[in-house]
Amino acid sequence: MATLASPVEQTQSRTSLHHQMQMLWWNLSRALIVTRREVLDMFRDWRIIVPAALLTMIFPYIANWGAGRMVRWVQEYGADIVGERLVPFLLMVVGFFPITFSLVIALETFVGEKERRSLEPLLSTPLTNTQLYLGKTLSATIPPVAGSLLGITVYLLGVKGNINWAPPTVLLIQVILLTVLQALVMVSGAVIVSGQTTSVRAANLLASFIIIPMSFLIQAEALIMFWAEYGALWWIIVGLVVLDIVLTRMGVRIFNREGLLGKEMDELNLGLGIKKLVRLALARRREGPRRNAWQWYRDEVLGTVGRSWGAILLVVGALAGAYLIGLRYADVYRIPPHIFIVNNWYQRFLDVLGESGLHGVGGVLLVLLQNWRVLAVASLLAVFSFGVLAVLILMVPVALVGYLVSQMAMAGMDPMVLWAALIPHSIIELPAAILAGAVAIRVGASILAPPPGKTVGEGWLEALADAGRLWITLILPLLVIAAVVEVYVTPYLVGLAAGGG
Amino acid sequence: MIETDGLTKHFDEFVAVEDVSLAVHAGEVLALLGPNGAGKTTTVRMLTSILIPTRGTARVAGYDIVTQAEQVRASVGVLTESHGLYLRMKGREYLDFFGQLYSMDEAKRRRQGKALAERFGLHDVLDRRIGEYSKGMRQKLALIRSMMHDPPVLLLDEPTSAMDPHSARQVRDAIRDLRKDGRAIILCTHNLAEAEELADRIAIIRRGRIIVQGTALELKARLLGPPLLELRFVNNPDGFVERLSGLVEVESSGHNWVRYRVADPQTINPQVLAIAAEHQMKVVTLSEVPQSLEEVYLRVVSEG
Repeated sequence: MATLASPVEQTQSRTSLHHQMQMLWWNLSRALIVTRREVLDMFRDWRIIVPAALLTMIFPYIANWGAGRMVRWVQEYGADIVGERLVPFLLMVVGFFPITFSLVIALETFVGEKERRSLEPLLSTPLTNTQLYLGKTLSATIPPVAGSLLGITVYLLGVKGNINWAPPTVLLIQVILLTVLQALVMVSGAVIVSGQTTSVRAANLLASFIIIPMSFLIQAEALIMFWAEYGALWWIIVGLVVLDIVLTRMGVRIFNREGLLGKEMDELNLGLGIKKLVRLALARRREGPRRNAWQWYRDEVLGTVGRSWGAILLVVGALAGAYLIGLRYADVYRIPPHIFIVNNWYQRFLDVLGESGLHGVGGVLLVLLQNWRVLAVASLLAVFSFGVLAVLILMVPVALVGYLVSQMAMAGMDPMVLWAALIPHSIIELPAAILAGAVAIRVGASILAPPPGKTVGEGWLEALADAGRLWITLILPLLVIAAVVEVYVTPYLVGLAAGGG
Repeated sequence: MIETDGLTKHFDEFVAVEDVSLAVHAGEVLALLGPNGAGKTTTVRMLTSILIPTRGTARVAGYDIVTQAEQVRASVGVLTESHGLYLRMKGREYLDFFGQLYSMDEAKRRRQGKALAERFGLHDVLDRRIGEYSKGMRQKLALIRSMMHDPPVLLLDEPTSAMDPHSARQVRDAIRDLRKDGRAIILCTHNLAEAEELADRIAIIRRGRIIVQGTALELKARLLGPPLLELRFVNNPDGFVERLSGLVEVESSGHNWVRYRVADPQTINPQVLAIAAEHQMKVVTLSEVPQSLEEVYLRVVSEG
């Protein structure tokens, strides 16, 4: 009978570094069994080999020939800079082209096997999810990256012989790192897509979510290469490393044998989804004795706040950081102090409020609508950015406040006026914004790491239900109160602070 | 070796398997029969720890299918509904690959692969690509794959489909040998004759539930009634049928035969023959009319 556990598992303490390294090696060696098979299989498919060979060997030669001709031509007109920037740019392009077919390989790595009905025997083996996922990811990454490096080598040898150019070591390292990391990001994203769809066609359609951002990134890199601000490439490298870690972790976490085999069709049952959402929003806990209104509120609403404590802390920290950033940049970008000197400014303040309709019930509605719109947009963008954009959007006004407070202080103005204009409604509005940001983060992050035992869809639906429940029972009421305070109380307090109220 | 207790699987609102409880001991073959969509494949996938049950528990080779999934998969050999072969690989490479996944060392992989290939007549095609194999050869290769790592438990879905009679015989003989070696085997098949030949017990599943389970004899007795016997004479058994009433339940009769049911043939048949002899009836044969598993199956799946 097959043995399956690492030989060292039973003899080593689980917490020792040595044991962890050995487990890592064990997982990698098991994953490489899959990788070897897939890579060998790839090389038996002429439809992969021929384009790979063309991109790896022919294209660098063409790029080299083109670079040489271009450099000599622009030198005739004294425009050497064009050539100087083009050659390194083509180095990056030559490295990028072969990794484009990593996307094709990765997209069909799980779902293609499912369509060919060869996946179930593989899923029936003792391979763990991590080993299988890693094996497939490596098999989609290694050949294209090897092709890229070979292509880069061919190109470099060519330009060295042709125009006697060699890249600075740092730039070469950057290009290699970018190539490898970009391949990993595309492969990780594609493997996630492949594991979550039920057909290669669906996977190819979803690939646009990978291709479009990558194409923007390549264009940004092209700008940097032509601008020759190569230092900026390090920021992209760091961002890609973070993205690689996030996507790999996400892929392993949401990898689901059951989902791979259980679903035959990608079905969007909106009716059922909405029913489930409403049911979850009304009561996360279904079993147990009947509850009165307070008990329901305590369990469902305050319970959701309690479950969101991590995200709340994150948002609070981000906003505190935003405030400090505002303070920091107040020194760098100073507003001339005379801008803050306005005669009869309190009357002007009231006039502006009147002109913009920020009075009475209409004013309350306007303020409410504006606040709701900002938080709704942040929540929507959270879905597409794993929650990151939600936090960034909330940080902007806080950073502005920090900036303005500092500017006013530097201009010699009494910041109490600004505090009077902000604090009364902010002590209500800010908690609402923090809660909205926190649940938005949870919705975005639920895709990365659904709760144990739940699919991505189930985890997302739960997070969405929590967000909806909190919005209706807590956030919206707080925003309404804050809008009332902002319209009816704040102008009065500003007047008091200014001595003119 | 295989024990399930109330095993249930729901896919959203759809109930695929409901409350399945069965046990297969070492050295036993259980045939799992049922119409298409009855839940056989879902049950097998739960026993392979690919699907997580909604409710209920199961242990395979002593391991829990939920909490010890890797151990379960290491102990089970699965022949899936479709071959699932990599067509660009050679047969030898394919077996070697799966042998590695089951942590077999190189010498053992080579030895086992060769032995099984010889047993099933694939030894001279192992160096050809699987894409060049016939359907039957692919089926055999898939079966060999399931047996490579010598598992104590085998889950076989249609093991003899697409095979010629000789190959099918080889596979059945192999299953018998595996049973003798003390493996626990679940056999999913639509070939009822094969199920009756190989299985120690039979379970019939319909709409996710096990409707009946037991030995073939038990199921026939329970669902088809007492054994049906046929008595054939040289001449017309005039008046003989009336003489049998009270002793047996006569089902039908012809110009030189009579069929009857009796719960206890060992006691009643000698009396029937004695009556025939008393009346100088010349008996040609007294034999049991075979009651097929097909009749049992059709009765079960057509009810309700």
